[in-house]
Amino acid sequence: MKNLKFLIIGIVFGIILSKSEVVSWYRIYEMFKFQSFHMYGVIGSAVAIGVILMQLFKKGIIKDFQGNPIIVKPKKKGFIRTFVGGSIFGLGWALAGACPGPIFVLIGHGAITILIVLLGAMLGAFIYGLLSKKLPS
Amino acid sequence: MEFISQPWPWYVAGPAIAFVLFLMFYFGRAFGVSTNLETFCTMSGAGKFSDYFKTDWKARKWSLVFVVGIILGGLISSQYLMTSDAIDLNPDTVKELAELGFANAGSDYLPAEIFSTDNLLSLKGIAILLVAGLCIGFGTRYAGGCTSGHAITGLSSLQLPSLVAVIGFFAGGLLMVWFLFPLIF
Repeated sequence: MKNLKFLIIGIVFGIILSKSEVVSWYRIYEMFKFQSFHMYGVIGSAVAIGVILMQLFKKGIIKDFQGNPIIVKPKKKGFIRTFVGGSIFGLGWALAGACPGPIFVLIGHGAITILIVLLGAMLGAFIYGLLSKKLPS
Repeated sequence: MEFISQPWPWYVAGPAIAFVLFLMFYFGRAFGVSTNLETFCTMSGAGKFSDYFKTDWKARKWSLVFVVGIILGGLISSQYLMTSDAIDLNPDTVKELAELGFANAGSDYLPAEIFSTDNLLSLKGIAILLVAGLCIGFGTRYAGGCTSGHAITGLSSLQLPSLVAVIGFFAGGLLMVWFLFPLIF
């Protein structure tokens, strides 16, 4: 099965997020309170290495497994969409102490109530879909 | 084995996440989680309500499999790789949370005040979980990505929209924690 590799990458990602406590509500709280370096270290070091990787992709030094160049899709532009959308996401991230990746990790931990957060997130995505043409970008 | 059972420091987790980013692109896909929320909507029949959801979810099977892996990763770590659920917090954080009404901060991954199943019996308890989810789902789709898509992938590839989105993530998060928490809790 050609998708098996994504199952394994997902398992690795889930273990990393668990073991580094990134899925803990408290780690998100202390990040927004500037009381610990932990989350800044995690995201900062991932981005620092990511910058180097992206340059190696762009220059064609690293190619994908089939030997094709790796192209990173540009993000949708628009100040309102990214700032307002980002701020709304930030409110939820801080309240639930979890972003989408950790929501799934916490389901694996057996946290029943996180399913309500997931249900809310699906509803939120649904509402966005209904309104997407009317919202300013 | 000692290392496996201990919490991992940031300088292990960050590079490890960068390795996950590398693997996703190496295998020809993007690194992101939140698009799956839309895929779930499509699979639940949201296409009946809006053309936005009339997409071929089968083309995103790889990402759904990735999410199943994330859940399994959580299960494996909680069952086999964790000796303690306690989070080693800054004493100031513990004290501050106690004043907000969170007892025993850091004794578990999640505070019982928000995540205990008893909260499902109260309107406020359910509302907090549901509203948090709504903000996450709506915000991430409007912004076009979450922490993995914008903060990690977008910032790594030096994209301006991602920088604006991450500033937004912090604007929202700071507003919630500094100003709304004292009103909610």
